[in-house]
Amino acid sequence: MRSTVLLSLACAAAFLGLWKLIVVVGNYPPFILPSPEAVIARFIGAWADGTMAPHAAATLLEVALGFTVGAGSGLVVGYGLGRSSIVARLVSPYIVAAQATPILALAPVIALWFGPWLLGKVVIAALIVFFPVAVSAMVGIRSVDARLLELGRSLRASRRQVLLTLEIPAALPSIFGGLRIGVTLAVVGAIVGEWAGADRGLGVLVNIARGSLFDIPLMFATLGTIAMFGVALYLVVVLIERRLIRAR
Amino acid sequence: MTPTAAGEPHATLAADHVPSVAVHSGVAARGRIELRDVAVEFPRRGGAPFKAIEGVDLQVGGGEIVTVIGSNGCGKSTLLRVIAGLLRPSQGSVFLDGSPVVGPDPRIGLVFQEPRLLPWRTVASNVGYPLELAGVPRAERRTRVAELLERVGLAAVPDILPAQLSGGMRQRAALARALALEPEVLLLDEPFSALDAITRERFNVELLELWGRLHTTIVIVTHSIPEAIFLGDRVVVLSGRPGRVAAELPVEMPSPRTLDRLDAAVVSDAARAIRSALGEDAA
Repeated sequence: MRSTVLLSLACAAAFLGLWKLIVVVGNYPPFILPSPEAVIARFIGAWADGTMAPHAAATLLEVALGFTVGAGSGLVVGYGLGRSSIVARLVSPYIVAAQATPILALAPVIALWFGPWLLGKVVIAALIVFFPVAVSAMVGIRSVDARLLELGRSLRASRRQVLLTLEIPAALPSIFGGLRIGVTLAVVGAIVGEWAGADRGLGVLVNIARGSLFDIPLMFATLGTIAMFGVALYLVVVLIERRLIRAR
Repeated sequence: MTPTAAGEPHATLAADHVPSVAVHSGVAARGRIELRDVAVEFPRRGGAPFKAIEGVDLQVGGGEIVTVIGSNGCGKSTLLRVIAGLLRPSQGSVFLDGSPVVGPDPRIGLVFQEPRLLPWRTVASNVGYPLELAGVPRAERRTRVAELLERVGLAAVPDILPAQLSGGMRQRAALARALALEPEVLLLDEPFSALDAITRERFNVELLELWGRLHTTIVIVTHSIPEAIFLGDRVVVLSGRPGRVAAELPVEMPSPRTLDRLDAAVVSDAARAIRSALGEDAA
């Protein structure tokens, strides 16, 4: 355990070292590639002086709501797809088509419909989260051992008991695979949504830092914040997964 | 085509057989199974339906142990599923204590060929699963599960996951689970077929001991002739495709049955009778 921590730290140090090396060897000006210490300093500064926090809060809210809505509806639809082949045949072409259309192309339309406020971002994030969660739930529900379902029938389990004691536990590993992908995509969706029109959020801050402020270290610090959110949320999902699967 | 033509009529009816068991208590009369002219057909795409069993008449007395033997694909498991209410017969009917079986029934406990434990639940939680589904309160469940685990010799491993158990222990857990709702009838579908020969013999002895205490009606499907003789008060020989009762042979072995009695002349006579009944079918 301790050696893993040391190894992680060494890995992070190597990453920063390589970054610094590229800056020094390539002799890049700060507006192309700022040095790691400049970005870290700006990162701390931006959080300390209150530049980052409101944008971060806005994005986090979009991600949380978008993920909840997208994952929630993905689970429900995925269950329907898994249980009924008729539903799967009728509905899945539309789901796949919606997924195959790039979210970047859809974002302006959604912004047009829902306006440059919270709702538009939530819709975009939810849309992009929906697909992997729905597919993983469908696959998971279909993976339930038919022999266990027969056992449930022999014990006269109700529809609800079958769902809670057989289908969901059997589908959980697969569902969590979808949720892991979904939670990182929720961050992508929120940022894409902000780019399509917003007055705040980390995606907006990236644009402000690059354009009007021309504060490239701030831009990198913001990108770093987005990445850290993605990693942190992913870890939350993994922790919940471990909790649930160990409690089995 | 008529059911009786294939089945050798036998005098040993369930009712005559019960008294030796009924000493235990008044409950031995419960758990009577009766099948009347039962047939099961499975629809086949673009063809005549597949007949799994046909014209099966069978009576099992309360507290009796009946073994059903036959070669692979003769409809043994189908027969058991019909009794368990998991399969509706396409013809005829099944009665338990005089009332028709129309679906899975809490008076019937089922042990499948494989243990079918929920892999994410501990042994205790698996054994208590039927009680949980039946809405038995947690505290009561805990005491019942403890008793059940004790009964099948798993008291030491309640918190272990099935994957960590040996095949024999998993099947014990499955047996305990089948006993959880205190069924009148226990149906076992080749329950020991995945176990090694030594474990299997021990299980057979333990099953008889268990039966000696509970006096439930037991129907066991097997394809082992010695097992059929050792366990059964009566051996029902099923002929194949579609499955019919080819013979019903009583086993006149004095109780208590122990493994050394397996060598007795009674057994070889019974085995010969079973083989000849199976052979008639093959011819």
